[in-house]
Amino acid sequence: MIKVEGLTKRYARATAVDNISFEVDKGQIVGFLGPNGAGKTTTMRMLTCFMPPSGGRAEVAGFDVVKSPMEVKKRIGYLPETPPLYPEMEVGEYLDFVGKLKGVPSADLAKRIQEVSERCAVADVRNKLISKLSKGYKQRVGLAQAIIHNPDVLILDEPTSGLDPKQIMETRDLIRSLAGDHTIILSTHILTEVEQTCETAIIIAKGKVMATDSVAALKNRRAGGSAVLVEVEAVSEGQVREKLERVSGVSRVVHKPSGTHGIVTFEVEGLSGKNIRPEIARAVVESGWSLNELRPLGMSLEEVFLQLTSGTKAAEHEAATAAPAVGDEEKESE
Amino acid sequence: MRGAWTICQKELHSYFASPVAYAVMALYALIFGFFFYSATAFFVEASMQSQMMGRSFPMNVNEMIIRPVLMNTSVIGLFLIPMITMRLFAEEKRSGTIELLITSPVTDLAIIVGKWLAAVLLYTAVILVAALSVIFLFAWGQPDVKPVLIGFFGLLLQGAALLAIGAFISTTTKNQIIAGTAGFVVSLLLWVIEWISQFDTSTTGKVISYLSVVTHLEPFTKGVVDLKDVVFFVSLIFLGLFLSARSLESLRWRA
Ligand SMILES: Nc1ncnc2c1ncn2[C@@H]1O[C@H](COP(=O)(O)OP(=O)(O)OP(=O)(O)O)[C@@H](O)[C@H]1O
Ligand SMILES: [Mg+2]
Repeated sequence: MIKVEGLTKRYARATAVDNISFEVDKGQIVGFLGPNGAGKTTTMRMLTCFMPPSGGRAEVAGFDVVKSPMEVKKRIGYLPETPPLYPEMEVGEYLDFVGKLKGVPSADLAKRIQEVSERCAVADVRNKLISKLSKGYKQRVGLAQAIIHNPDVLILDEPTSGLDPKQIMETRDLIRSLAGDHTIILSTHILTEVEQTCETAIIIAKGKVMATDSVAALKNRRAGGSAVLVEVEAVSEGQVREKLERVSGVSRVVHKPSGTHGIVTFEVEGLSGKNIRPEIARAVVESGWSLNELRPLGMSLEEVFLQLTSGTKAAEHEAATAAPAVGDEEKESE
Repeated sequence: MRGAWTICQKELHSYFASPVAYAVMALYALIFGFFFYSATAFFVEASMQSQMMGRSFPMNVNEMIIRPVLMNTSVIGLFLIPMITMRLFAEEKRSGTIELLITSPVTDLAIIVGKWLAAVLLYTAVILVAALSVIFLFAWGQPDVKPVLIGFFGLLLQGAALLAIGAFISTTTKNQIIAGTAGFVVSLLLWVIEWISQFDTSTTGKVISYLSVVTHLEPFTKGVVDLKDVVFFVSLIFLGLFLSARSLESLRWRA
């Protein structure tokens, strides 16, 4: 449904998208995962014919974005990073306007508006001014405008950014429910978002595709070999550390100040591909301490980047320099 | 051109949803009314004086009232037109809604024509509201209808041209205030360059004053439609719309 070959975008100063290629099949949901400035928005803008590429080709539903932009535009629904809303319009008026703009036949328009506003749960605010809506509702109206003409392809740029956890869940459910009828590309810098909504992840950083992987594989990677948080009721930090370091498969033990007397916390990293939790639990209990918490920390986006790209030294370095900011942000939002 | 009318309706909707349309109308009607009142008062006084002195030269309502009022009100246009055009594109660029328009299956030209048409319709409404006061003239005087209509037609044509230029200026910035100010400066410039003909009668002076909107508006206020004036305004409209199209296209390369 979407075919991208060697797509490149150069700005006056920098190359934002550098020779990326990927394909998306009909009905798939693909996550575009990358840190800030990776080139996600730029790629989406080229796919939606907002701006022409500097090089390479992109095809949407069999039409080239440069040669037949009109055909592409008819088949794409696009939710930009900031929903393109007119605050002085009512929700219903706005959807009516977008429907006409997208070429929905006027005989079907009322029905379509009804359908999408029910689907995106904005039916109850049809007569409200957009300027009066909450952020979550605005985002949903943004989604409703993207699907009003029942497009083959949906392109969603950070559809859950700025929403509260409940709304994030609702939006993800909504997006999942849209798959099948539509081919969807969504961008995000949150790893769990891709895991929860998408089938395939395209990981990009600094304008390059780092990896294309199924989400199942991504999850495995994230679970395996990752760090564990251990909280133990014990007096001596040194003793616990010693014990933990002796557990087989443990590669590194880092003390985390807990602030409470009698409780010590460690971050324990294991060799990759090995589940060290049972061993740790046994070691702690055998020593007579009580185990308060034993929790896999999961891999940050940074670590996933490093893993996915290990082997190619240059890429590894780039991911390492590009990722820290993302790691932080991800932890915050979870 | 599919979509132009949809966009035009949406623009009119936003004009009337905000105070802009009402402010523009009220301001225009007020100033027009003032000019109209002072011209009429002067006319009445002058005709009374000439009656008292026993002279009864035929005083012409069209010449004495309509023409000066039309010329004066076209000056107000200098202020009003930038107020109408400044938000056209600047606001869409600022808020990001331009992404919706450009990624919709409509041509750039349809977007531009739709927006310009909305501006022209608003301007027409503004002029019509102002023109209501002229109806009084028909109640008590006997002005010629044709020159009045021609005069208003000229005013409209001049407005449509300046609105096209203003629309172009609005495509070049995200900032409404900048768009408004630049629009005002350009309109003013197209206005005042006519003065050059008063002290420079060389060919250069003539060419420059040819570019002035005043030079081409004046015949209309006298009730004369000259093809070359119509051509001038229509070319200005095409220039403004063409530049807007170019500007939108370059926006996509840079954006
Ligand atoms: N109009 C522009 N002119 C010049 N450079 C730009 C422009 N827009 C984006 N860039 C640069 O291109 C790179 C990619 O930007 P892009 O917005 O595509 O990233 P992104 O992946 O969407 O990031 P984010 O997660 O912050 O939205 C960045 O380095 C950015 O500075
Ligand atoms: Mg972005």
